[in-house]
Amino acid sequence: MAESARRATGLPEDVRSAIAELRKHYPTEEALLLPALHFAQKHWGGWLPEEAILAVAQELQLPAARVYGVVTFYDLFHQNPVGRHRVRVCTNLSCALRGGNEILEAVQGRLGVRENEVSGDGKCSVVEFECLGACEQAPMMMVDDEYHGRLTPERARRIVEELD
Amino acid sequence: MSYEPVLLRRSAGAAPGAPPVGIGAYRDDGGYEGLAKALTMAPAEIIEEVKASGLRGRGGAGFPAGVKWSFIPKESDKPKYLVCNADESEPGTFKDRLLIETDPHQLLEGCAICCYAVGAPVCYIYIRGEYVRQAEILESAIREAYQAGVLGESVLGKGFKLDMRVHRGAGAYICGEETGMLESLEGRRGQPRVKPPFPAIIGAFGAPTVINNVETLCNVPHIIQRGADWFAGIGTDERNTGPKLYCISGHVEKPGVYEFPIGASLDTLLEAAGGMLAGRALKAFIPGGASAALLPADKSHLPMDFDNLAKAGSMLGSAAVVVMDETTCLVRSVYRLAKFFAHESCGQCTPCREGTNWSQLVLGRIEKGHGRPGDAELLVRMTANMSGTALCALADACVGPVRSLAQNFRPEIEEHINSGRCPLPYRRVFEETA
Ligand SMILES: Cc1cc2nc3c(=O)[nH]c(=O)nc-3n(C[C@H](O)[C@H](O)[C@H](O)COP(=O)(O)O)c2cc1C
Ligand code: SF4
Ligand code: FES
Repeated sequence: MAESARRATGLPEDVRSAIAELRKHYPTEEALLLPALHFAQKHWGGWLPEEAILAVAQELQLPAARVYGVVTFYDLFHQNPVGRHRVRVCTNLSCALRGGNEILEAVQGRLGVRENEVSGDGKCSVVEFECLGACEQAPMMMVDDEYHGRLTPERARRIVEELD
Repeated sequence: MSYEPVLLRRSAGAAPGAPPVGIGAYRDDGGYEGLAKALTMAPAEIIEEVKASGLRGRGGAGFPAGVKWSFIPKESDKPKYLVCNADESEPGTFKDRLLIETDPHQLLEGCAICCYAVGAPVCYIYIRGEYVRQAEILESAIREAYQAGVLGESVLGKGFKLDMRVHRGAGAYICGEETGMLESLEGRRGQPRVKPPFPAIIGAFGAPTVINNVETLCNVPHIIQRGADWFAGIGTDERNTGPKLYCISGHVEKPGVYEFPIGASLDTLLEAAGGMLAGRALKAFIPGGASAALLPADKSHLPMDFDNLAKAGSMLGSAAVVVMDETTCLVRSVYRLAKFFAHESCGQCTPCREGTNWSQLVLGRIEKGHGRPGDAELLVRMTANMSGTALCALADACVGPVRSLAQNFRPEIEEHINSGRCPLPYRRVFEETA
């Protein structure tokens, strides 16, 4: 289908054009779903409200249920509001051996949140996470897109304090 | 004998956080000469060379790469694909991240040679969603390669057309399993497929597809450039050849990625990694990632290659070596792995969905002091029902650590049950909700 012939969807233009750019590199429309959800989630501030999911479904001409099925399968897609910053603390084995659970406790304690809660000022949400592929830096956590390794509880607390 | 790194040759001395080797420096060091040479060879010749090298997959299963490539039908009415597995989610594993961060062109060159050998005009590098910076590094290396005419309409001006894309996952261990990955690439939940048909016949988008791990593909340019005999001369024997990256983590002084000829022992790795943390004694180790059976300290001399580890009841897997010292509670450690597998099971197969969950529950109750007499036998029986009864190898992955704990470290389980608590002087590290 020619790009110009595509009906308007609920997706913002920049997301639509990012998707359009990828289209020629994949043989099916469905294959654009994960990239489209990444773009949309970025646009909607780190999570996917219903409106975003429906817009992606419309853009790729997929049933909404298909898109929901995918969103719920993957740990990096969120259907609930998240903090401005997303903190993922690894507690898998290599990190646990070096104190990963203490880091999780320190960060959640400092922000006054439990698993999946957003801190009162909307600043942070914290989740316990599986191995992030950086076990040589254990214990480590991921803040938004950045890795922070060789943490102590104090350093971890300081890192989240300094977020804006 | 000192060993000259192959895969890490361009990055071994680099400072942590240094920018990746760019295309200019890569070419100055002989990079892309393997690809240039490959383009003068017949595709079948390349496949024969890779077969002769003995290169086995570095993603976990150890399948011979050249043999896998030879399964791709010569004639196909659909375009063929290479999907590079950069999902790297096996706990303890971080070597592919290093390969991408330090020397991305080495991977692109390996991918390009594979594509030419099997006749695939498209390569997707499927990278785990958490590797945001690493995806950017690959994308910028791919841009460099297009600009330099290494990729695109005519690879190195030799008329072979190749499109390469980075495709980001979104946080799911099961998408590292090759058919889960294909489902995910096609825009679905990453639930593994029934095999056969194998991906070499019906893979991505219904077309013949090669799937190889990052490290596997990084070896390929060196094999083409220096020859199969050179490669086959490295390692323990003709079934275990070539250089190998070992990821060592846990209770060691200098955790990291170390390159050795395949078949290095834990003793050798420990020496390179500065020894045990704080000089404490070794208790047990996992040689090949979360899916591998735990081995006791007296196996530290064992050559860690595919066959020696299989003989010892464990596996090389992704060569993620997790070291646990005398202060470690093994019940708690394996509980944590079982919890991981329960979280990551895609839920299609009953033995896996139920077995991973029960493994977590039973180990959790033992660790919390509520274990029941017979729990060790229960774990052994449970894992017997999970083994070989599910669609993919995730169920067996959970069996690896759980069964080895129940069989080889039973006194530690009994001690927990008999004393009604974890006997190790660990700080509160066990979440109450478990
Ligand atoms: C549950 C599960 C997870 C896996 N995760 C990965 C992974 O993260 N990276 C990887 O390269 N292979 C992984 N594999 C192995 C792949 O299925 C496949 O064997 C491999 O990518 C083939 O490449 P190779 O032959 O070059 O090793 C996984 C397998 C299973 C069963
Ligand atoms: S073994 Fe487990 S992860 Fe693999 S397909 Fe079955 S349920 Fe899914
Ligand atoms: S176990 Fe924490 S990054 Fe691997």
